[in-house]
Amino acid sequence: MAAVAALYNDFQALDVEVLSLSTDSRFVHKIWQKEELSKMVDGGVPFPMLSDGGGKIGTVYGVYDEAAGVDIRGRFIIDPDFVIRAMEVLTPEVGRNPDELLRQVKAFQHVVKTGEVTPSGWQPGETTLTPGPDLVGKVWEVWKP
Amino acid sequence: MPELTDGCVKPAGGPALPGGEPAAPGLAGSILQEVNKVLARVGKEAIDFEASAFIAGEGFKTVKLSDYKGKWIILCFYPGDFTFV
Repeated sequence: MAAVAALYNDFQALDVEVLSLSTDSRFVHKIWQKEELSKMVDGGVPFPMLSDGGGKIGTVYGVYDEAAGVDIRGRFIIDPDFVIRAMEVLTPEVGRNPDELLRQVKAFQHVVKTGEVTPSGWQPGETTLTPGPDLVGKVWEVWKP
Repeated sequence: MPELTDGCVKPAGGPALPGGEPAAPGLAGSILQEVNKVLARVGKEAIDFEASAFIAGEGFKTVKLSDYKGKWIILCFYPGDFTFV
């Protein structure tokens, strides 16, 4: 969570709200912030830290591990129309890549705004594609990996 | 007696399951036992929920996912506070 917090300004610049969730209580969140997170990132985690006691929320989002009693690492991008655009779920040992999260948000925002589509690994400023009959079989002319 | 705002136990609604009203505190569990399935899908509407939260600078607050409707939202689940990664 500290890694996402470190990029919080970038997320705010994109008008993105971040919410974190674990099965810990709000009391534990507070102390984690005070004892550890605030020492990892200046000011600590600036976004709301939610409590999913019992894993009810994690269950409907497909990330609750009943045997362990915790929510595993799952992250979701939700658009302004409240539609889930992306999800990534990892077993707990490997941390996420917040830069890739940022890239995906930028790509989805671009797609929603322009109606274009973004090829693999797209970064702002790079070639986008405009789907249509003329592009069929011709993608190679405008884009290569 | 004044009402406790930050008592030891403060139920939040949990997920608002399809088919009507947001689940009431205490009721979510029983409904969930019947449903108990994954509802989140890309391209589909997010499932609303209510949860208690800690917010730096604000303290304890109950928040709903739908409070943030109209903005881009990133929802991050993780295994637990004080874990290593």
